[in-house]
Amino acid sequence: MRSVILSITAVLLALLIGAGILLLSGASPIAAYSALVHGAFGDAQAWQRTLEKSTPLVFSGLAVAFAFKAGLFNIGAQGQLLLGAIIAAAVGFGVEGLPAVVHAPLALLAGAAAGAVFAAIAGALKVYTGAHEVITTIMLNYIAINLTDYLANGPWKDTSPGNIVARTPRILDTAALPTWGPVPSGFVLSIVLAAIIYWLLWKTTFGFEIRTVGQNRHAARYAGIRVARTVILTMLISGLFAGLGGAVETQGVVGRYQPGFNVGLGFEGITIALLAKTHPFGVIPAALLVGAMKAGSSQMQFVADVPKEIIDVIQALILFFIAADFLLRRLLRLKAEAGEERLVLSTGWGSGE
Amino acid sequence: MNPWRTLWHYNRGKVLAAAALVVFVVWAYTRDPQIVEAVLASSLRLSIPLILGALCGLIGERSGVINIGIEGQMLLAAFVAFLVNVYTGNLLLATLSGMLVGAVLGFFLAFMSVTLRIDQIIGGTVINMLAFGLTGYFYQVGLVTKGKFAPIPIPGLADIPILGAMFFRNPPLTYLTLLLIFVVQFWLFYTPWGLRTRAVGEHPRAADTVGIDVYKMRYLNVTLAGSLAGLAGAYLTLEAVGSFERAMTNGQGFVALAVMIFGRWNPILAWGAALLFGFATALQTQLQFMNAAQIPASLLWLKQIPHQFIGMLPYLLTIIVLAGVGGRTRPPAAVGQPYVKE
Repeated sequence: MRSVILSITAVLLALLIGAGILLLSGASPIAAYSALVHGAFGDAQAWQRTLEKSTPLVFSGLAVAFAFKAGLFNIGAQGQLLLGAIIAAAVGFGVEGLPAVVHAPLALLAGAAAGAVFAAIAGALKVYTGAHEVITTIMLNYIAINLTDYLANGPWKDTSPGNIVARTPRILDTAALPTWGPVPSGFVLSIVLAAIIYWLLWKTTFGFEIRTVGQNRHAARYAGIRVARTVILTMLISGLFAGLGGAVETQGVVGRYQPGFNVGLGFEGITIALLAKTHPFGVIPAALLVGAMKAGSSQMQFVADVPKEIIDVIQALILFFIAADFLLRRLLRLKAEAGEERLVLSTGWGSGE
Repeated sequence: MNPWRTLWHYNRGKVLAAAALVVFVVWAYTRDPQIVEAVLASSLRLSIPLILGALCGLIGERSGVINIGIEGQMLLAAFVAFLVNVYTGNLLLATLSGMLVGAVLGFFLAFMSVTLRIDQIIGGTVINMLAFGLTGYFYQVGLVTKGKFAPIPIPGLADIPILGAMFFRNPPLTYLTLLLIFVVQFWLFYTPWGLRTRAVGEHPRAADTVGIDVYKMRYLNVTLAGSLAGLAGAYLTLEAVGSFERAMTNGQGFVALAVMIFGRWNPILAWGAALLFGFATALQTQLQFMNAAQIPASLLWLKQIPHQFIGMLPYLLTIIVLAGVGGRTRPPAAVGQPYVKE
């Protein structure tokens, strides 16, 4: 309960400082925020937009949160998501003659696998060479950007007449994910996945191992847990969620892979995971919040003439206030709860231990 | 111990490899002086933001604070330096304001990691996201720069073959950076302040016992180091590119950390690493611009590589470096741990 209060306080403080920045730059915070809310929840269409924007964010939030449980910081969700998106697109336009019940899941799985393999590289590098995953996953992000640019502008380029931009062909109808009313099927899938992760982390031995490794790597090794295997598998599963998020975005919203369409989704996963205090069920409301900000930001830009990048600033501030819970606790006069997990990522920096 | 002897003792392989590279460059120079000079000059230019970022990172880590916010410090500093240049046309003022922005963000990082005891990696991530958001929000299309730093050839020295083109025909911020590498080296290993810094990064408890103020050292060093990342940003907009683009740092702040590790937290060695990164990129870029007739047949295959794969090169190199090719490294012992006074 206290962590919910802390999260809400963090969001409110971030919005307050965001309002200050808006005032400083000569905009009206009230006009901007009301346009934002209206753009996100004003009508059925706005709701659908919010859910659509939130869907990949649930996946990337789960990816980052899951890795946090093992004490791993997957900043590479962005790159894994890009690869998932383009591989799902390739299966979506390249494989013909399948019924929808086979084709769509196949494309999803291919995207998920691509993300998983890409993330596992960082896990293996950490375990076998000591390269810290924070830098390797960031480097893998840039590699993924270059790789997807190459594919979308080279071998997998859309060659239909009139197209000059870098993008893949449209996926076949059999690979597209349906939308039920205002609810994208990918959103439902993401909720199911959150439940599975909850089960995995708290009801299985493997989940216990992951959390033990996250709490104390040395104690885990002493207890006979195979740390190397746990680290690699955790990264693999984390990348799988991120890749799936990219695939869902391709098959449910964009309909093809196009560079520039998935920018930032992986990084927003970091804010979301921490806002959710790394709990899988917390990820869903956190992703809805960020998704709503993204959905409403275009309207804000249009109606209130405020650059929509203000929401990036607000997200960074949310991250700050969440991380600075020391500050917030003093402010709210809250004490730490018994058994609360503290996030420590900087162990093993540069030395691999 | 004498740091120069330590350097030689632990890095024989790297020193010898560097010597071999020098021999190769001289040999290539006898075949085609113009291209070799162009590649070398561009290697140095590309190494400047990397070494400045690496210096910022290593001063922080030598004091016990991980800084993964260098990317953000560079980006916001680049932006502010650009804006100051656009509105005042004063390049010196623009440089100083870029450095100030870097220092302010450094102070913010110190506040987060020393006072709030936020996990330092999260703290750096906050800085990166904040810089990305702020530059995106305040960026306006259509701002036109008022010029950039011009090269100042040093009379006499500029005419030396190879070295002249590389070191003595540069704009001022490059000279300043070259000077700073040696200043930081001297500061870290030959001054009391440098000694205290290393003590705070290796064993803060012991340093505290002998009366060194751990918090003050960390605040001071991380803030001052931030001004170097700020200088790197100013270099990008005022000397290298001349204008600002969104997310223009393009991961160089992170590559700088690999440079720091490859250079074993030693300024001069890190500069060698930065030059290597710069050289790899410069060589590939040169190959792209040359036409087939100019390239030896044995190297023609390099030209067939799509440019995106060449774009991956610094990042691949970073991963290879981090994976410990060139030996295992040992960071300062207390890096990443908040210090709590008793």
